[in-house]
Amino acid sequence: MALATLGLLATIALQILYKTEVDTIGFETWRPVVYAYVLWGVAIGIGQVLTRGEDGQRALFLLPALLFTIAMVIFPTLFGFYIALTDWNLSSFSGRRFNGLDNFWQMLADPYYRNALFNMVLYVLAVLVEYVIAFGLALLLNAQIRARKFFRVVFLMPLMLSPVAVSWMIGKSLMEYRFGPAATLARHIGWEDPAFFSNPITARISIMLLDAWTFIPFMMIMLLAGLQAMSREVLEAARVDGATAWQTFWQVTFPLMLPVSVTAVILRIIFKLKLADIIITVTSGGPGGATDSVSSFIYREYRDRSNVGYGTMLAMAYLVIIVVFVTWLLKFASRFVRNVN
Amino acid sequence: MSVQTTDYVASEIRSPASFVASRVFIYGALAFWAFICLFPIYWTITTSFKTAVDVTQGHLIPFVDFQPDWKGWRSLGLSPDSIFQTSTVRDEFLKRFMNSVITSVGASSLAIVIGSLAAYGLTRYRYHFAWFKNEDISFFFLSQLILPPVVLALPFLVLYREVGLLDTRVGLILLYTLMVLPIVIWIMRDQFNSIPVELEEAALVDGLSIWGAFFRIVMPIALPGMVAAFILAMVLCWNEYFFAALLTSTDAKTIPVMVASQTGSQGINWWSMAALATAAIAPLAVIGIALERYLIMGMTAGAVK
Repeated sequence: MALATLGLLATIALQILYKTEVDTIGFETWRPVVYAYVLWGVAIGIGQVLTRGEDGQRALFLLPALLFTIAMVIFPTLFGFYIALTDWNLSSFSGRRFNGLDNFWQMLADPYYRNALFNMVLYVLAVLVEYVIAFGLALLLNAQIRARKFFRVVFLMPLMLSPVAVSWMIGKSLMEYRFGPAATLARHIGWEDPAFFSNPITARISIMLLDAWTFIPFMMIMLLAGLQAMSREVLEAARVDGATAWQTFWQVTFPLMLPVSVTAVILRIIFKLKLADIIITVTSGGPGGATDSVSSFIYREYRDRSNVGYGTMLAMAYLVIIVVFVTWLLKFASRFVRNVN
Repeated sequence: MSVQTTDYVASEIRSPASFVASRVFIYGALAFWAFICLFPIYWTITTSFKTAVDVTQGHLIPFVDFQPDWKGWRSLGLSPDSIFQTSTVRDEFLKRFMNSVITSVGASSLAIVIGSLAAYGLTRYRYHFAWFKNEDISFFFLSQLILPPVVLALPFLVLYREVGLLDTRVGLILLYTLMVLPIVIWIMRDQFNSIPVELEEAALVDGLSIWGAFFRIVMPIALPGMVAAFILAMVLCWNEYFFAALLTSTDAKTIPVMVASQTGSQGINWWSMAALATAAIAPLAVIGIALERYLIMGMTAGAVK
């Protein structure tokens, strides 16, 4: 069985060679390679069971997911690093050309990319405000109220809706300059010229609001679960000791909720770093790139300019930044939680 | 929930005035936020029944402010009087709708199958592939969560063209599976950890194989968790826009892409956009109301220990 897997590996290798070097016996597309990979995966699975018995059966639980993820992530990422080092514009006929680190230097000098990164910092900071609101809502839902289930379903609703539909519903119609209700309301309050998306600062805030509207329920639900898991005795003891509600919250509830809070905020930040669809559909980065997130900027780099090489370089740089940032964040968060408790 | 009734009484005794004030504040805040959550939805649904005049004059309440009209739905071919006529827009819409259904159900199912197998393996057995231990493998899976879609999008665009998967449902399904797999593994690991190992040990003693024990004993217990993971995965796949916008053009386009392409080209045609948006969010709104329990279960898995 091990022989069979080896043989399959060899055919894949051979096929790659055929396709790239000599165009004689190769197939029309690379699709057979995919089939070969699947077949090879199956063969490995069978081989594991036959050669290693029970251990093999155990390995079989993990193998499909592992093979799938490796094929879908490792290969494209490596390929991506290669594309990032080429000058490759899909609309030009010259095709792919290796140009070393040129894209990298171009990136360092690109003010729009820097602006997009700066926006990401702003957008991530907005998570803290979302957190405060989400915590407040979780407290409300955890209070002694009637119709709790109704409010929970209603508060959860925005999370279910597709961000693209939401960006039309809110961004393009509610906040519409001429007769959107939000604009009308703003005029009533006293904002003479409620153009939500034409001034860079209000445009950023509007994007944050839209995104917050969709994702606040996510943090709210996690925090609510945390509140409900908290032991009643501690709160009871605080009350007996004569603590006011305000003191109880800051000295008992909040510290106890810290681990859940940190998890919720970190997960939210991870989702925030992927922010793209709202910006693409509402402002497409405008006015003048002011609202661009990194993802939406790269999206347009590809869609409008077909600049695959440079876009990939930007994406890879972003990946490195994210990995460093999230690693630091996780370290910082665990130390933070330990210090407080 | 009922535990708090004691505090309730206690605070009532303490001072009736402040009790009433706090009640008013709590319900006021709840109502306010419920309004914020629901108004955009209300606005979209009513707008789909408006005519141009009603939109420009900002009419809000049907039958009082304006006379509802099927205009928006007629342009989609989904109003009562046009439902039996042929309509290219409706065919287009149904095609996109089916694409969305097939890709999200397909991806969620695939992710559930391979994800729960992997999660089960990781919670029950010790592995080492080369120098990788269980923790490293788990971390490898979960770390996919931070991978932003842009990083994969462009390489996949090129690779899919080579492999012939560009603009196909299969291509989207594979990508979406990758996208939701970490979440599924996260939820299912939590789920399997809560099932006592003794159950399987007893089954093994009774002569079941490892896989037999998994299918006959563990799976039925873990079913609610699987449903929760499946629904959460469904929601994420249904709403996904980025990959769909880049990797599909005519055949495999999904609902969000259709909605987005319409927003770009709209004039003042609000009613048909509103009808389209309503149709796009309706399935998930129904799921959200009916299966809220599972959604919450999925989202809170592993958050509280």
